[in-house]
Amino acid sequence: MKGILKIAFKLLVNDRGKFAALLTGITFAVFLMVQLTSVFAGILSKASATIINVGASVWVMDPAINNPLNSIQLPDYILDAVRSINGVKYAVPLYSGVALVKLHDGFYQPATVLGLDDASLVGRPELIQGRIEDIFADNGFIVVKDDEYHKLENPTLGTTFEINDHRAVVIGLAKVTSSTLFGIPTLYTTFTRAIQYIPSTRFTIAYILVEPKSTQDIARIKAEVAKAGYLALTAQEFQQRVSTYYKYQTGLGTNILIMTLTSFLVGLSICAQTFYTFVLENLAKFGALKAIGAKSYELIAMILFQTLFTGLSGYGLGVGLSSLLIGFAKQRVPNYAADITFFNLGMAFFMVLVISGVSSFIAVRKVIKVEPFDIFRG
Amino acid sequence: MAEAAVQAIDLVKWFGPEEIRTYAVRDVSFEAAYGEMLYITGPSGSGKTTLLSMISGILRPNAGVVVVEGREIWRLTPNELADFRLHTVGFVFQDYHLFPKLTTVENVALPLILKRQDWDESIRAAMDFLEVVGLQDRAELPPVKLSGGEQQRVALARAIVSGPDILIFDEPTASLDGATGRKIISFIRENILNDRRCILIVTHDSRIYEYADRNIKMEDGRIVGVTSGGVSEK
Repeated sequence: MKGILKIAFKLLVNDRGKFAALLTGITFAVFLMVQLTSVFAGILSKASATIINVGASVWVMDPAINNPLNSIQLPDYILDAVRSINGVKYAVPLYSGVALVKLHDGFYQPATVLGLDDASLVGRPELIQGRIEDIFADNGFIVVKDDEYHKLENPTLGTTFEINDHRAVVIGLAKVTSSTLFGIPTLYTTFTRAIQYIPSTRFTIAYILVEPKSTQDIARIKAEVAKAGYLALTAQEFQQRVSTYYKYQTGLGTNILIMTLTSFLVGLSICAQTFYTFVLENLAKFGALKAIGAKSYELIAMILFQTLFTGLSGYGLGVGLSSLLIGFAKQRVPNYAADITFFNLGMAFFMVLVISGVSSFIAVRKVIKVEPFDIFRG
Repeated sequence: MAEAAVQAIDLVKWFGPEEIRTYAVRDVSFEAAYGEMLYITGPSGSGKTTLLSMISGILRPNAGVVVVEGREIWRLTPNELADFRLHTVGFVFQDYHLFPKLTTVENVALPLILKRQDWDESIRAAMDFLEVVGLQDRAELPPVKLSGGEQQRVALARAIVSGPDILIFDEPTASLDGATGRKIISFIRENILNDRRCILIVTHDSRIYEYADRNIKMEDGRIVGVTSGGVSEK
């Protein structure tokens, strides 16, 4: 069989024009599919950045919340109510809001401000410069050193700026797992300072971060919180909720899905049509092979090998091209949202298999039907 | 007469549904012996190619029996029939049907590769046969770079590379000029035919009749005459 597959390989690659068309079709289909789904995965990941960076097990929030940065403040008594639920190890408030930072050049820069519980600092980021206890010093703020950091004029320890006419001092630089979606810097301070510095509504708690005593307690906590008219979600569920919001309520997911399917259909039509033409042109030769003594399954193996080889080569090239572009974009464009995930790669691979399968099926049907007698008859 | 390599007994072949049935071959019987070069001649539509297709195991007759080397071939399963064609029959098609995207030597090696012989071994054997037909210096060229006569010789090399006992030629000289056609047939007669091989040629090229041992003439699907070919007459 090895020799027969080698013949199939030579027939395919020596027809340079068609092979190039097939490869280009699949490569670009894969490139577009991976690119689109990676951008979407990147957006979803960045949209959940706060959930990932704060790292709490359970989040209590208003049921209308669908995005961690658009919080609806909770009344203070909810914090007490959550703390009193059996199975809660601890529950702390988290402030989340947006403030305008006045820079030395006089310009204003919006920034996300997260206010951590003063007593525990639950959800604090990992510092790369400075000491966490300095957050209690006068006007202390921690700046996250991510892709947006430069928008605050690259502050260092001791740098000052203004927030709402209040003086703020950088006491630490932190790193986080993921930067946020909207391209603005992130500041951490204490809960108390956050509500002093930033104009607030009557209620000030954006989220309540809960640590259950055990995972078995989570169901009870969720039920008790629901009785109070609020929503408790695990970090994973909260991320899923954000993901669902972007997929189904913003139109983004539908558009990405449509574009991905279009890429798939373009790839499929180019590949199936080109391969069909390739087989049509060689149909008499396949008939001659049959007459000489090739068995049907050998011809099927040849065609399957040809489509799979083309599909997998195109898949490799498409993924490579997409990786190169995303890598290049990440170097050049700050906060570029694109993550190539195993799911995206798997989905593109599956679609390539479908393209190869459909192309093979169309070609195989033709080759199986060809009668050696037709070759004789001319 | 020498031992029969091919026996066709009461072969019948029709095409189309019953009400508009067209008979291509009617009650045809003949034998071809080892060492014989047998021509099947006749005008277009006389059933020559249909007859040859039934004998070579690629078109099932509606009635009758084909015995090749003692085996009744239409009792074989499709895979056995494919093996029979691969091991016993060598074909030279009218249009040659060489793969333009393979080299000449790879084209010749195809039957050996289908027989699952090692690639390098097949190429070496194919080179030997290209030498037999005098085209060893064209081995690495694609067939489209060869002349019609050279392509004919490549097709011939492909047909004989696996050492079949029965060789089938369909209009071998149809697209060649008279001199080249005669040269090719003469070459086949002198170098390819031997006493363990039977060659069947479908042709209506009267210029090459002189090389036949016997000539079966067909008209309207029937044998209308069997004559001694030019070789027998000499």
